[in-house]
Amino acid sequence: MTPVRHSVAEPVAKKFFTPGVKVLLTLFGLGVLFGLYRFIFGLGSITHLNNQYPLGLWIGVDVATGVALAGGGFTTAALIHIFYRGKYSIIGRPAHLTAMLGYTFVAFGLMIDLGRWYNIWHPAWPAMWNGNSALFEVGICVMLYLTVLYIEFIPIVAERFIGNSPKWIDGILRFLNRILGKVMWFFLIFGVVLSCLHQSSLGTLMVIAPYKIHPLWYTQILPLLFLLSAIGVGFPMVIFEGIWAAKSFGRKIEMDVLEPLARMISPFIGLYFFVRIIDITVREVWHYVLEGSLQSFMFILEMGLGGLVPMVMLFSDRLRKSPKWLFIASTMYIVFGVLLNRVNVFFIAYQPAYKVSQYIPSIGEFMITIGLISALLLCYRIFVTVFPILPAERKTA
Amino acid sequence: MDLSRRNFLKCTAVAGSLGMVNSATLVQAAHRRPVSPDWLGVLVDTTVCIGCRRCEWACRDFNQMPNKPIAEYEDKSVFDELRRPSATGHTVVNRFDNPQNPQRPYYVKVQCMHCNDAACVSACIVGAFSKDQETGAVKYEPWKCIGCRYCMAACPFQVPTYEYSNALTPRVQKCTFCFENLKKYGRQPACLEMCPMETMIFGKREELLEIAHDRIRKYPDRYVDHVYGEHELGGTAWLYLSGRPMWEMGMVKFNDTPIPSYTETIQHNLFKNFLPPLALFAGLASLMYIFKREEERDESSEGGEK
Repeated sequence: MTPVRHSVAEPVAKKFFTPGVKVLLTLFGLGVLFGLYRFIFGLGSITHLNNQYPLGLWIGVDVATGVALAGGGFTTAALIHIFYRGKYSIIGRPAHLTAMLGYTFVAFGLMIDLGRWYNIWHPAWPAMWNGNSALFEVGICVMLYLTVLYIEFIPIVAERFIGNSPKWIDGILRFLNRILGKVMWFFLIFGVVLSCLHQSSLGTLMVIAPYKIHPLWYTQILPLLFLLSAIGVGFPMVIFEGIWAAKSFGRKIEMDVLEPLARMISPFIGLYFFVRIIDITVREVWHYVLEGSLQSFMFILEMGLGGLVPMVMLFSDRLRKSPKWLFIASTMYIVFGVLLNRVNVFFIAYQPAYKVSQYIPSIGEFMITIGLISALLLCYRIFVTVFPILPAERKTA
Repeated sequence: MDLSRRNFLKCTAVAGSLGMVNSATLVQAAHRRPVSPDWLGVLVDTTVCIGCRRCEWACRDFNQMPNKPIAEYEDKSVFDELRRPSATGHTVVNRFDNPQNPQRPYYVKVQCMHCNDAACVSACIVGAFSKDQETGAVKYEPWKCIGCRYCMAACPFQVPTYEYSNALTPRVQKCTFCFENLKKYGRQPACLEMCPMETMIFGKREELLEIAHDRIRKYPDRYVDHVYGEHELGGTAWLYLSGRPMWEMGMVKFNDTPIPSYTETIQHNLFKNFLPPLALFAGLASLMYIFKREEERDESSEGGEK
């Protein structure tokens, strides 16, 4: 079995230092400064974390949301290589790159959050494995998946450098490429399995706090909900980045691929929405929706702007065919459906008995998160400039 | 076992290739870790405590934490607000009203409960927390710790605290049961040795429970008929006798299900003998094979139009 052959891609030939890139560089630089401060003076010097709120913005956004949004990688891989839909192959590489960079920055984000960041390798050391821990499961699967993502990237490196690099590099690349050609099917499936495992286990994390998580979010099926929303957000992410990259590089938006892709989103959001409604009904916690608290407001926002609205929008043929509305609907699900959901689970729904005040992230926490996202976007731009990621532009339209 | 096995198979069948295992129905089949009759504990009689806070002093003294002269612990104004253990003090005493005798308030000492089936032990990604099988103390090994603070999110008593101001080697801080003393000499924790009122009794947990129920029987007017920690969350090493329900005095009302059974049931079913992941892999591989065959047939019949 060999993977679906990729349609022709080529490096983007565009000026690198655009005004947008300069803004990103500035934000990245600021993030680095705040990051240095954090490493020199400790977590307490820069975060609003405390003994009641041990997990904050960096875990909720940089790590948990990062992992979910990088889910475009495994859903796209499954669509193209397992369900064998060759026509989507042009989105395969950008989605893969996003996942690879996304998970890499999840690791960076996690290291910034870890008190003893230099021990980040401990979960990989068998003597310290704790199979009872959902976090261990997340950790080990993310490490393995990140490795798989880098292995899957080798053919792209090979395509770029075979024939135009020193002889020994050429030899290594040809050798790796030949072997990978035979076993790539294994890594493709392994990557999807690892993703299903850790996306769901990420939801298991907060199941350990039954007395702290607000009833609108606390359910034994959190792992199922996390998995469903990670699958659901995969294609919106591909669409979001596809349209953004096209605008940014002044290219044609690949609507003939993105529009049919968008048709598959609503059923997934619908399924997620349906499971949540059933869950809330079964647990008889509907009355919390109208309790008028921060939590009830966030829940309505999440289910409304992040569930019902994008779902209905994407069911409409007319809106789906318009790049603008497609972009808006996808962004709504990404921001309100998934990002807000992860933020809610990790520190809005988290209501410890002895809390003094609600945790609100500090400026420093925001600046580091923004710095990381800027760095990720810069890396994306560098990668698509160096490697054949985005589809080759057709000469005739 | 049979029940969970059947449920598990059913779930796996339903979840199919999507790899969703809905374990909601399995939570009740909670596992229990074996509890040793030799495990030690402490019985706290909150009706005896006078709130002198010498235990707080002794705790800092033994654990070599920054301390104040013992006289300063006489300051009663600290009772105006509810305090919690912190990275600079493993234990605190809080004051609560005594409706029966306003002149004689209740004092509740708070520290790690050393659970029989502890959430932190289950949650820790690197096994930095462990239940000492000999003494029953929940101990923490900083050298393993990566500083993720998931233990703090997991602990239902919100006991572990963090050295946020330590940039390089921050530790999770919590009551150690004065482990060195306990393990080497079988000695009671420093807070007990210091207590002038004998508020606390040290001994085997099972014997302490007998003493507790004996006291309740003898003085039914003095105590509510509940030993906090006997059954809560599968039982804790530290037990409380009180004149008011403990959940009216700063503690949370818990049911008897140990915290780890909420997550471990899910975890262990998802990974039972690695079958579900392998099944998912096999399912996806089959799909890949089928779809590829189909595609190739289409291509050849259409004369390779694509």
